[in-house]
Amino acid sequence: MSMSLEQLGKLVVAGKLDRRTFMKRAAAMGAGVALSNGLLSQAALAQEPVSGGLLKLGSAGGESTNSLDPATASSSVPFINGHQWGDVLLDIADNGGIENRLAEEYGSSADAKTWTFKIRKGVEFHNGKTLTPADVLATLERHSGEDTKSGALGVMRGIETMKVDGDTVVIGLKDANADLPFLMTDYHLMIQPNGGKDDPAAGIGTGPYKMVVNEPGVRHGYEKNQNDWKSDRGFADQVEILVINDDTARVAALQSGQVHMIERVPPKIVELVKRIPNVDIKSAPGRGHYVFIMHTNTAPFDNNDLRLALKYAIDRQEMVDKILFGYGSIGNDMPVNQAYPYFSDDIEQRSYDPDKAAFHFKKSGHEGPVVLRTADGSFPGAVDASQLFQQSCAKAGITLDVKREPNDGYWSEVWNKQPFCTSYWGGRPTQDQMYSTAYLSSADWNDTRFFNDDFDKMLLTARGELDDAKRKQIYRDMGTIVHNEGGLICPMFNDWVEGVSTNVGGWAVNSNQTMMNGQALSRCWLKS
Amino acid sequence: MPYLIKLILQRLAMGAGLLLAVSALIFAGTEILPGDVAQSILGQSATPEALANLRRDLGVNEPALARYLGWLGGILTGDLGTALTNGTDIAAAIGKRLYNTLFLASVAAAVSVPLAILLGLIAVRYKNRWPDKLISSTTLTFISLPEFFIGYILIYFVAVKLGWFPSVATVYESMSFTERLSAVALPAATLTLVVLAHMMRMTRAAILNVMQSAYIETAELKGLSAFRVIFKHAFPNAIAPIVNVVMLNMAYLIVGVVVVEVIFVYPGMGQYLVDHVAKRDVPVVQACGLIFAAFFIGLNMLADIVAILSNPRIRYPR
Repeated sequence: MSMSLEQLGKLVVAGKLDRRTFMKRAAAMGAGVALSNGLLSQAALAQEPVSGGLLKLGSAGGESTNSLDPATASSSVPFINGHQWGDVLLDIADNGGIENRLAEEYGSSADAKTWTFKIRKGVEFHNGKTLTPADVLATLERHSGEDTKSGALGVMRGIETMKVDGDTVVIGLKDANADLPFLMTDYHLMIQPNGGKDDPAAGIGTGPYKMVVNEPGVRHGYEKNQNDWKSDRGFADQVEILVINDDTARVAALQSGQVHMIERVPPKIVELVKRIPNVDIKSAPGRGHYVFIMHTNTAPFDNNDLRLALKYAIDRQEMVDKILFGYGSIGNDMPVNQAYPYFSDDIEQRSYDPDKAAFHFKKSGHEGPVVLRTADGSFPGAVDASQLFQQSCAKAGITLDVKREPNDGYWSEVWNKQPFCTSYWGGRPTQDQMYSTAYLSSADWNDTRFFNDDFDKMLLTARGELDDAKRKQIYRDMGTIVHNEGGLICPMFNDWVEGVSTNVGGWAVNSNQTMMNGQALSRCWLKS
Repeated sequence: MPYLIKLILQRLAMGAGLLLAVSALIFAGTEILPGDVAQSILGQSATPEALANLRRDLGVNEPALARYLGWLGGILTGDLGTALTNGTDIAAAIGKRLYNTLFLASVAAAVSVPLAILLGLIAVRYKNRWPDKLISSTTLTFISLPEFFIGYILIYFVAVKLGWFPSVATVYESMSFTERLSAVALPAATLTLVVLAHMMRMTRAAILNVMQSAYIETAELKGLSAFRVIFKHAFPNAIAPIVNVVMLNMAYLIVGVVVVEVIFVYPGMGQYLVDHVAKRDVPVVQACGLIFAAFFIGLNMLADIVAILSNPRIRYPR
């Protein structure tokens, strides 16, 4: 009984329950006013940050081949590493908006073509050097140069000119882009002394923690940066990231108390993990989605009726229930969901309809089986999902041949090469970025081979449109085009599911990326 | 004696030749893997320009033979090169990993070899009676279970429920010897259970084979105790096959423990190799492969030499 009262108290403090309701419920449970008030203040106390200790995170997605160079970061551990030692100009706040980091202020010209970022003063790098706008410029240069290897190159391509003007960095764009601040939140763009041109993998930045141990694929150890410019982070004296790629080992490490938080709890075992005492499951709805992609320029998928047939033949709810075990939401054959600003929720939800599927399949004139390629590495549970798809197709009279490919080499041999396969997207902070990355005709990763001139024009218009209502309408129209004609079958958006010890305070939901957008170690604390 | 030295030198030369052949095989193997290092490093989010730039920087555009010969030349001068993926010095990285692997293998061997031989001797002494049957059935049960299963069982009961040893066996340089021992306790126990049956059964079979000999009968008729007959008279003559199987298992403990390393998050050679294979980091794969091959060939050679020394009859050609 007292347990549930305590939990109620926490809800009040977290702002999820109002005080009056709490008092009513407390009274119903037989607790007096004094006791209830006491509980409330206790719960409030528990939210006060506590300094000190060693906070440990067990993370999947790390290899002994990892480097600290943020330009080549692509899996979870390098991503989280970057957020310990480094800072970006701007980051995504918990509410999905923009939060200032090393840029104190930012603004744009009326045509959204020229952007200024005022660089924060008095910030020191771990090596003692003071942050200057020149360092920021050098960083942006390193990621956008002709011979860069950076994963942020796609983001940087729209930039035409860059220069330092006093305290500010001025960026000139080829075309208007109202979303540039969101692009600057890209995790590759950690600001490094001289842009990391001297030693990109030194792990030196302005972040809350200084690197002391770097054993790629094993562990990364940090101690507190005493000169941190930001006071509301870096509570633990030391933090450590342990690379634990094996699901069972990761959960066991959390269960036996060897780590305080783990990344990526497999949805299959969430219910079991919930039963472990002293462990909470935290989930955040994200922008990541698991997909089946068809090349719209390759037979038989160049026929929109066949694409529609397959879209009607997938049971989205079943996928969410059986593949994500409820930790996700159904998709609507477009790469965006409610997590995006400017999302319209009034586009009709497509659902499983064997009759319509059979109708469109017949109309397409295609006969015989359709080949779908998959591998477990393309998304967790991809093979199972493909088999579910096969069964729901069979009910519509469509034969789906599921061809299992090896995980090894999947991204180079199957994805973006074969006409129909399973894949995933981690999502992007804005619709513009998501569509420009994979649906614009000229996109590097146009993995559905989607070429639509109207769509391209609308994308460019929306990018320069500063009127919110107009912009939302354009994105709605674009979404509808992809929904009806695209090569994307998007049955589900997956949540970030993480396991956290009850001894950890300060957890917040941030949908942008795994582990509170990489900041779990720096924003959480150990209660005792 | 000169004949013996010649024999050993011959074995060494053969080993070196084998190593060269193995290096060519590994290289060919890595060449036919699908995908390339640049694509693997940058993952799904790679742009064509970034890929092209990375490929050029890494020098993977050169012809295969040139890369192979260059690497081989480096090995001969003691230079393992740098990893393509993160630019670390391969020799330094492997040094640490190899030490960890050898530490775990030594702990497992230090427990399993004497235990296996002792159990084998006991099994012979009580042949077909309950101790023999108990030893055989238990060890055979463990060898029949997959390693990951034994590992998970140990993690669940010993680490999570009892809390005796950590489930994560990460070792740090700053650790003392006893801390290290405690960290590797569970992976070493898993490995011991996995290799025990093989060595125990071989010991048992080899000694039983010798027990058929006439001189054993003589020893028994002298009135010696059963253990004395087995240990003093039968065991020395069964050493060659036992050493063979022990060496085979030692080699396995060094080169074949990837699964155990993954489950216990142990920073050994296996995981290091697997990560680099996945990224097509050829120089590292080659170096690891060569080191593994060297251990395999070296241990087998050692077994041969011990066999030759323990049995004067095979020192000379018939």
